[in-house]
Amino acid sequence: MAKHSANARHARDGNRPNKPGAGDTDSTSAGSEGFAGGLASVGGHLADRRRFLGYLLAAPTVVAAAQLGGSLLGSQSAGAAQPVPSNPQVADNYDLSDAIYDAAKPTSDLITVQVHSDGTVSHEMVRTEVGQGVQTAIAMLIAEEMDIPIEKVNVTHAPARPELVWNQLTGGSTAIGSQFTPVRVAAAIAKGRLLDAAAAKWDLAKSELTAHAGRVLRPSGQALSFGELAEAAAVTENKKVSTELKPDSDFKVIGKPQRRVDAMDIVTGQKEFATDMEMPDALPTMVCRPPTINGTVKSVNNADEVQNMPGVTDVATITTGVAVRAKTFGQCVDAIHALDVSWNGGPVEGTSDTSIEKELKDAHPPWVIPGTPGTKAFEREYTFAFTNNAPLEPATAIADVKEDSAEIWAAAKLPITAQGEIASLLGLPATAVTFNVVGSGGSFGRRLFNDGPLDAAEASQKMGKPVRLMWHRADEYRHGRGRPMQVSKIRAFHDGEVVHSLENRYTSVFTDFGHGFGDLMAQYYTSVNPDTPLATNPGSALALSQTIFELTAVWPYSMGPTKQLLMEVRQPTESTGTEHNLTTFNTTAMRQVYNPNVVAAQELFVDELANEMGRDRYEFRREFAKDDKFREVIEKVAEAGNWGRSLPDGVAQGIGVHEEYKQHAACLVEVDCRPETVNRKIPGGTTGPRVLRVVFVSTVARHLVNPLGAEAQLQGGIMDGISLAQTNSLHLKDGAFLEGSYDDFRYTRQWNVPTDVQVILLPEDSEAEVGGFGEVGVAPTCAAVACAIGAARGSYPNYLPISHNAGIPFEVKPHDPPIPQSPTNGLEHYPAPAKASEETSLNP
Amino acid sequence: MPEHSFTVNGRQVTVDIEDDVRMLWVLRDVLGVTGPKYGCGINVCKACTSHYNGRAFNPCSVPVSKIGPDDEITTIEGLADTAPGEDLHPMQEAWLEHDVAQCGYCQPGQIMAAVDLVKKVHAEGRDLTDADIDTNMRNVCRCGTYYRIRQAMKDGAERMKGMKKGG
Ligand code: FES
Ligand code: FES
Repeated sequence: MAKHSANARHARDGNRPNKPGAGDTDSTSAGSEGFAGGLASVGGHLADRRRFLGYLLAAPTVVAAAQLGGSLLGSQSAGAAQPVPSNPQVADNYDLSDAIYDAAKPTSDLITVQVHSDGTVSHEMVRTEVGQGVQTAIAMLIAEEMDIPIEKVNVTHAPARPELVWNQLTGGSTAIGSQFTPVRVAAAIAKGRLLDAAAAKWDLAKSELTAHAGRVLRPSGQALSFGELAEAAAVTENKKVSTELKPDSDFKVIGKPQRRVDAMDIVTGQKEFATDMEMPDALPTMVCRPPTINGTVKSVNNADEVQNMPGVTDVATITTGVAVRAKTFGQCVDAIHALDVSWNGGPVEGTSDTSIEKELKDAHPPWVIPGTPGTKAFEREYTFAFTNNAPLEPATAIADVKEDSAEIWAAAKLPITAQGEIASLLGLPATAVTFNVVGSGGSFGRRLFNDGPLDAAEASQKMGKPVRLMWHRADEYRHGRGRPMQVSKIRAFHDGEVVHSLENRYTSVFTDFGHGFGDLMAQYYTSVNPDTPLATNPGSALALSQTIFELTAVWPYSMGPTKQLLMEVRQPTESTGTEHNLTTFNTTAMRQVYNPNVVAAQELFVDELANEMGRDRYEFRREFAKDDKFREVIEKVAEAGNWGRSLPDGVAQGIGVHEEYKQHAACLVEVDCRPETVNRKIPGGTTGPRVLRVVFVSTVARHLVNPLGAEAQLQGGIMDGISLAQTNSLHLKDGAFLEGSYDDFRYTRQWNVPTDVQVILLPEDSEAEVGGFGEVGVAPTCAAVACAIGAARGSYPNYLPISHNAGIPFEVKPHDPPIPQSPTNGLEHYPAPAKASEETSLNP
Repeated sequence: MPEHSFTVNGRQVTVDIEDDVRMLWVLRDVLGVTGPKYGCGINVCKACTSHYNGRAFNPCSVPVSKIGPDDEITTIEGLADTAPGEDLHPMQEAWLEHDVAQCGYCQPGQIMAAVDLVKKVHAEGRDLTDADIDTNMRNVCRCGTYYRIRQAMKDGAERMKGMKKGG
């Protein structure tokens, strides 16, 4: 069977050119300080603001390079004054994506574009493809700038490159924005050099030549392909050069719908994920994990016996449990079932949904904005259950650890962090660890942490053999990561006409931002905002969380003085007398971090407040919209969604509004809550209310690279939003999560998917420089669905997802052994699993 | 060790492996056929969906001993060969046309399940409906490509009408 070369292997062998030395500069406009600040200071010291600095690097065929680091930092104008103006919030002026772009500035090194003799162009990207389409978008940038068909552009993953520091980070919907200029600069320099080479060959002036479809053309019509010129265009010494970029008006690729470059590999089963890679000695390995969260191994009582089971080659205790290596993953499952392990309880043993919810509610800081005479308080509290990233590809990695070196192949959004963590775990210098990045089967925040690669490295070291390690699905729910439980309490004072003040107390179980992402925030945000909690409390994890919260939470309505504050429950609180340290749940910055819950609470509150004040829910939002952009998306979504149209009893509309990653977005949904719909039966599935229709409107920042990809990201975010409002959560009981499969953890399935989904992207907004669509779909949809359900039922939910407290509609799989055995009756039961029966279907 | 023979994607194979090892691991870990993906191992997520004598099944839940020498297994890698001509299977074409995939991990299973469902409704002499998709397409897509899957399935169903019988 034909196997495509794996990205990671490709990346490992690919010739990465030398870094430039003190080469000459080709450009008269390049100043001596250009190396350090060139790209970051467009319009600054460069004579011509359209020129960008880059390099030609010595190599057999032409290699052009550019420094990472954006010229993309834009400041956004704060909201215009409204009836009762709100104070500008931090995120109005400076949001999380700005922080990530800023972080990309001072530490940059080079990314390269190489033209090969076969006419292809290659680039090792320093972002990770997790399904968001970054590989396609970067290929588009190169195709655009070089005038070459996109099929000739090969974008692969660079391995961990420690010299890039925080510039090799994928997160916060910034992947495309941060690469937009540097990748094009390198591509433009490469093309310019090919034109130079052709001009020299033909003895013509470069200005007489044009590039088209991967060839250089002369006026006579004669052509030379890029491949034919690749060697002639190479340089023998590194050189500093400057280039112009194609003006926006000439774009033929950027901004046009482009299908994914990896689509053919995907639909033919050729796309390789980490466990698909050919590496015969790296045998399947799984870990037998503790029955409670972060429990530890006390003793393994039958290691020898298990070691002798069919197919099993090794049994070794590692930090997170007992690793078993076998000929097949099936035999790893058998071995885990046979293992007799004594465990120490985990640090959150005994906790449950209700105990954590109580701790959160008890931890709300007191209100600080008092009511004014003639106003009335309106207060609500909403709880959001634990949830899980649950990418379909679980944590995986291949590791080959030798005495003095290690090589890893895995998906990671922070490969440099992964490399460093693995090195310290193994007791090796970071330089001895090669970390090859592989694209992943989803992330949603999961691959900000390196749980799979760390397990794999430790197991390989202990066993002295290469391993192909994979987490079981049940491991992901029970020991993986996600957004923890949160409670949002909101209070407004109003006089029946106008809202005078608004306060939001948002309390969460500690969210782990880990190494890399968190450090990035700490370093850069404090430097631009001396008032941030982080600046006044350096090193404080609470301040870091509060900073991230402030960077992303935007109350979209003018409701007088507005204050949103995050509080994290981390240590035992006196009120509950608990012994538990809540920093020990396994959490991460899950897709859109706090905002799915923040915005759902916000919009539920706004719906209920509008009702309280006797106002139409749409008109209320429109009138109180904080600025014109919010008003525009609210009006647009109401128009496109036909707000207020007549619907049967039990079917209602809902609206959700949000701004993040430079995009203002609004979502309108129609949800059917009639009993015949809610109680429809899908064997083994949770049905409940059905979202019939979704209209999603978003503003678009300048330079949207791929509208088809943006639409896909929003469509995916919409499904997340539906899940989070209706079905998708983890139940915590006795210090362990109950869910063990996708039928238990109820992420949206086809039976809950609307058959009408309309995504409307507004014309590009020249004020917003760069945006990203990876996350912004989630929160407004989650909010709109929750509101529509409230409106249809005449009573608003105060706990999401709505199914969470409607019982446990599945048989809880044992926690010891920690993973379920595979059934054997698959030939008789398709598509529903054997156990699924109508009785197990329980609807909220 | 027991020997097991069967056909995978038109190729006769024999593997030496214990009877109870599930077909997903025989395909992936022994034969290196990695198109079918692991997502749960318990017949829930459908990421591993492949075809057993032309009908969908989930190899994670079938021991190799249940597969006999006359049985034909088709995985995503062999799907195109079940359609006439040199090209992709019409459902794969529809998937490309609608640019369905995001991370791509679930998509081999989605396509194999989609082909099976369309064959089933066509055999019943009807067109594919949204209700068919609701009830039968249990495949999880954590990236949330469900809407494009619906569009591609309807398109693919039309394209499959042009296929010769048995395809
Ligand atoms: S892996 Fe086979 S159904 Fe999930
Ligand atoms: S495309 Fe990622 S799980 Fe479906």
